[in-house]
Amino acid sequence: MQMTMIEALNSALALEMERDQRVILLGQDIGKNGGVFRVTEHLQQKFGEERVFDTPLSESGIIGSSVGMAIYGLRPIAEIQFAGFLFLCMNQLVSQAARIRFRSAGAYTCPLVVRAPYGGGVRTPELHSDSLEGVFLQTPGLKVVIPSNPYDAKGLLASAVADPDPVLFLENIKLYRSFRQETPEEHYSIPLGKAKTVQEGTDVSVFAYGAMVNVALEAVKLAQQEMGTSVEIIDLRTAWPLDEQAIVNSVEKTGRAIVVHEAPRAGGIGAEVTAIINEHCLYSLLKPVERVTGYDTPYPVPGLEDYYLPTPAKVLTALKQVMEP
Amino acid sequence: MTIQQVDPGLVPYQVLDVEGNLVGAMPDLSAERMLSLYRFMQLGRAFSNKIIALQRQGRATTFGSLVGQEATAVGLSAPLQPQDWLATSYREIASLFVRGVPVPTVAYSFRGFTAENWPGELRCLPIQVVIGTQMLHAVGLAMAAKIAGDPVVAVGVCGDGATSEGDFNEALNFAGVYQAPVVLVVQNNGWAISVPRHKQSAAPTLAARGAGFGLPSEYVDGNDVLAVYDVMQKAVERARSGQGPTLVETLTYRIGAHTTADDPTRYRDPVEVEAWRTKDPIARFQKFLARRDLLNEERIRQIVEEVEEEVNEAIQVAEAMPPMAPDSFFDYTMANLPPRWQEQRADLLRYVERKG
Repeated sequence: MQMTMIEALNSALALEMERDQRVILLGQDIGKNGGVFRVTEHLQQKFGEERVFDTPLSESGIIGSSVGMAIYGLRPIAEIQFAGFLFLCMNQLVSQAARIRFRSAGAYTCPLVVRAPYGGGVRTPELHSDSLEGVFLQTPGLKVVIPSNPYDAKGLLASAVADPDPVLFLENIKLYRSFRQETPEEHYSIPLGKAKTVQEGTDVSVFAYGAMVNVALEAVKLAQQEMGTSVEIIDLRTAWPLDEQAIVNSVEKTGRAIVVHEAPRAGGIGAEVTAIINEHCLYSLLKPVERVTGYDTPYPVPGLEDYYLPTPAKVLTALKQVMEP
Repeated sequence: MTIQQVDPGLVPYQVLDVEGNLVGAMPDLSAERMLSLYRFMQLGRAFSNKIIALQRQGRATTFGSLVGQEATAVGLSAPLQPQDWLATSYREIASLFVRGVPVPTVAYSFRGFTAENWPGELRCLPIQVVIGTQMLHAVGLAMAAKIAGDPVVAVGVCGDGATSEGDFNEALNFAGVYQAPVVLVVQNNGWAISVPRHKQSAAPTLAARGAGFGLPSEYVDGNDVLAVYDVMQKAVERARSGQGPTLVETLTYRIGAHTTADDPTRYRDPVEVEAWRTKDPIARFQKFLARRDLLNEERIRQIVEEVEEEVNEAIQVAEAMPPMAPDSFFDYTMANLPPRWQEQRADLLRYVERKG
C-alpha cells in the first residue's frame, strides 16, 4: 500500500499496540488531536485513553515517568513534540533512561522509545527544526534512529520498540508527507545499526540520513549528468550506533567520502564518520573527507533557513571538490 | 538557627513526644514488629557510622550519613508490601534493609562498585544520586501499576533540597493529574549541604506545596518512627485503594555532615545540632519501648552488639567479594554490544594485560 511516512508510522504504532498490551503512547496532544503531525491519529479511539494519553506540558515529566513505566514492565513510546525540546528532558534521558541498566547492573532496564520530529525547510519558529543527533553521540546508552522514507520508518520503529534499551526515534518533518512509498500493511522490522546502500557506485561514497538522502540523490543526478561520476549513496538509517562496517567497506571501494547532514558541523555524525574512516581505512582515501552540513550557528530564522541547509547544489560542489585530481 | 519550616505555628503529626511518651494514637503494630523497627533503626545507624569510618581509612567511597534520620528511613519503608516499589535518594539506606536488601550488597557498592546481584525482585531502585529524578520514576511506576490494574503502590523519597528541582515539581504535577498510586516523601532534614531549608522555599512547609498540585499532604515528625509509620501506612493504603497520591513531609535533622567530603562546622551552629540531638529518633523510641517492658539496658546492649556484628560481617563479606572486572562497564551499557564497543572492550583488556 502507498503510504506517507506519517501513515507508515501510524501503522507501525497501531501494530505494536495490537501485538503487545504493554505498549502505551504518551505525549502532548497525541490523544484526541492525534498528535500535531497526526502520527498518532485515531490511536486513542482504537486503543483507549488508558493506553494512549495526553500529558501536561512537561518534557522531563514525560520522559521521567516513562522511565518508571518502562522499569515497571510497560513499553512506553513517548512523544516529545519537537526534537529541539529534548533539551528540556536531557537529564531524564541521559542520566536516567540511558543509565538504568548500567546503574543497576542489569537488575532494571528501560525499554523506552522516544519519538520526536526534527528538521528544516518547513518554516518553523525557533527550536522547532533543530537536529540534535550529534549531541547523543556523547550520551552512552541511547540509540538514535533517523529514517529517510516510509518503508524504513515503519520497520525501524518496530525494531526500536523491540529493543530492550532506550531508543531516540527522530522523524524528519519535511519527509512526513513529501512522498508516498509502497509499504506493507503487515508487521515487519528492519534492524537497527544497519545502513542501506541506496545506490551503488565506484568513485565516491556519500553518507546521508533523514531528508539528506533525497538531497544526495538529487545532487548525484546532477553529478552524473555533468561529470559522469559513479556515486555510491549510503543511507545510514541509524545515527547511533553507526554501521561502521558499511562505512569502511564503501570507502575502501571508492576512496572518497562525503557526509551530508542538517545538524551543525562540529562534533556531529560527519565528524564521527570522518574519525571512523581515519581509524579503519585512512590509506584508502584519495582525498580528505568532505562534510556538507549545517553551519556551527543556531538554526536560523525561517527567512534564512534555505541558506543554512545542505542542498543538492552544495553537495554537488563537494562532489566536484572530492573528484578533483 | 535553621528554620525547617517558615511558619513555626504549624505542628507536625506526632505519636511519641521527644521523651517517648505516647501523645497520639498508636498505629497497629505488634510488639515484635516494633522491636524489628527499632532494630532496623540501630542497624541503619551502625551501617552509616561504619561506612564513614571505612571511608576515613580509604576503604569506602564518599558516603552521606543518615544519623538522626533513622525513623524516617525505617518508618517510610515498613508499611510497604512486597509488590510495592521504592525509589530513594542516598540518605535513607535503612529503608532498603527493611525491604530485605542484604547489607553486604549495599556495602559492596560503597567499595566503589556496582552490586551485580542487586535483588531486583525486591523492587527497590538503586540509590539515586541525581537529585530529585527518582520522584518522577516513582510516579511512573505508579502510573504503570494503575494502567496494568495491579494493586501496587510506589514510594519516592527525596530531601528538602530536591524540592527545588524541576523534576520534583513535574512529579507532583503528574501524580495529581493521573491520580497515580504514589506516596511522595520529602525528608526535610534542614540542610541541602550548606543551604538551609528556609532558603530552599518560601512555602510555610514543604508539605504545603502539595496543595498547589492538588495533592493531599501530611506533615509529620520525622524523628518519630511510629508517626512516620502511621502516616505512611495510611497514605500507602489510600493509594492502593484508588484514592490517589499523597505528599508527605517528614521533619528531621541531619546530625552528621552532608557527606564524608563536607565540613558542616563551616556553616552550622553547634547549638542547633545539640538541640536536635535531644530529639534523637532512636532514643525516643527506646524510651517508649522500655516503658512497655519491651526493652531494658541488657536487651539494648544486645541489639546494639548484634547490629554492629551484622554490619562488620557484612563488610567482611563485601570486602571478600571480588572487585568488578575492569571491563564490566561495557556489560551494562547496552544489552547487545555492537562491534565498536567490542573493539573498545578488547582494547581495554589488552591495556589491562600489558598494565599500561
